[in-house]
Amino acid sequence: MSVLLIAEHNNKEVKPFTLNAITAASQIDQDLHVLLIGSKADDVAKSLSEVPLVKKVLHIDHEIYENYIAENYTAAILKHADKYSHIICSANTFGKNLMPRVAALLDISQVSDIIKVISPDTFLRPIYAGNAFATVKSNDEKKCVTIRPTSFEAAETTGGSAEIEKIDAADQSENTKFINREEIKSDRPELGTARIVISGGRGLQSGENFKLITDVADKLNAAIGASRAAVDAGYITNEHQVGQTGKVVVPDLYIAVGISGAIQHLAGMKESKVIVAINKDGEAPIFSVADYGLEADLFEALPQFLEELNKLNTIQK
Amino acid sequence: MKILVAVKRVIDYNVQIRVKEDGSGVVTDNVKMSTNPPDDNAIEEAVKIKESGKATEIIAVTVGEEKAQETVRKALAVGADRGIHVKIDGTVEPLAVSKILKKIVEKENPDLVFMGKQAIDDDCNQTGQMLAAHLNWPQATFASKIEINDKSLQVTREVDEGLETIEVNTPAIITCDLRLNEPRYASLPNIMKAKKKPIEQINASDLGVDTNPRIEHIKIEEPPKRKAGIKVASVEELVQKLKNEAKVI
Repeated sequence: MSVLLIAEHNNKEVKPFTLNAITAASQIDQDLHVLLIGSKADDVAKSLSEVPLVKKVLHIDHEIYENYIAENYTAAILKHADKYSHIICSANTFGKNLMPRVAALLDISQVSDIIKVISPDTFLRPIYAGNAFATVKSNDEKKCVTIRPTSFEAAETTGGSAEIEKIDAADQSENTKFINREEIKSDRPELGTARIVISGGRGLQSGENFKLITDVADKLNAAIGASRAAVDAGYITNEHQVGQTGKVVVPDLYIAVGISGAIQHLAGMKESKVIVAINKDGEAPIFSVADYGLEADLFEALPQFLEELNKLNTIQK
Repeated sequence: MKILVAVKRVIDYNVQIRVKEDGSGVVTDNVKMSTNPPDDNAIEEAVKIKESGKATEIIAVTVGEEKAQETVRKALAVGADRGIHVKIDGTVEPLAVSKILKKIVEKENPDLVFMGKQAIDDDCNQTGQMLAAHLNWPQATFASKIEINDKSLQVTREVDEGLETIEVNTPAIITCDLRLNEPRYASLPNIMKAKKKPIEQINASDLGVDTNPRIEHIKIEEPPKRKAGIKVASVEELVQKLKNEAKVI
């Protein structure tokens, strides 16, 4: 039997985390099919077919899929699920919303947010905000699995030539209607995939002061993150939140500024390769995970940091 | 309108988790337990809707061991009218919880079911969506704003790209984000009053639902520890280390 991966996209492009999920799915079984549910998404089908790890692209094209609605996606997936041993997608807000609905209707106990494939039925997943790792074995005949994207490399996107098969749409749910999405456009790298992330916390004291973070982010070509406290206080919008209930990031460099380091925040960033903490409280728990800690007032340290970076002039854009 | 709110008892969010040496789980003896944080937001939202005159009754339900009742009692103290405790010992997977909750929904016929978007112990993020699937109801997950209309709700959801708004017809399942509202504390008089509110106990085994775990926990272990870092004395030193030692800039 093959594995079926559900693609996330915006009808124009594949979302990057789908490529990480493809890598994980191919470790479960190399006979990997990707299901693309969309409206006028032929370009997406073509780019998925060029991913060398993908053996086949199943494409459902119908106007009811112009916007992603879990109810409509679920019906489409169930129509084509029987031939597959595993149904897989990324464990971001897309997959978290979708997969349990699919799993329940297949009477499968879902395995959420895996960080390692041990065998086709056994996986490693973090629990308790990453304070424990559980090795779990699914005894369901068919499996529904979501993948923590940052724990797997993104798949290569060129060189493949998988077959694209058009398949049928399913019925539309009448009880859920898409209204709108406030997508904040930015030229910065995406938080989930950026090489460098600089995050601000309550220590910033206001939304205006986040400019200190933004200036450094511009210089380093970094994505901007935030602690839950900073988002709750309205300093910055929700899509920047890093942590147990926000996003998980694993950049090469994570710079935490004015963030004390509650376990819920650490859950979202402690796998980063190099961690820097700038905080005036020397006892702050963030220092326990930092490779380089600087005990300093961020309002003095950040402008200095920018100045030093400007002196280097070797930053890779 | 009747609102059912599902709550879960978990290890308190402030507790530093300790893994048992035999790899069988985490230490729960003598550890502070609380209501799962976003479940507090779910209760709060239901109470606010009732206070605005749009709901007539709030029922708090939990699934778990004897002590899980404490979370229902807490929900009663902040404004739920009555409680249901479905008693079951041992591990109950979200799939089983959703099947149990379906039975409760069929018995109580609520117009809305609220719960937290994820439990902070197993971090599964499944139960609400699964319940919606079993009932064939619409789902609005990760809600940070809810507007109630006549036969529908407009729900703003926190998604990776920012915010998304959908409209769902009732009956519907809503899973709540921590930013939906600011949960209130129970006042002492309300805690006293809550002691008199009824909690119905139901044995899970009487509901005719398969609750056997499908997932085996082979081993629970500590995550690899990060090795201790150093403190730098100045910004200059920090930049120098990042460039020459860590080589990340």
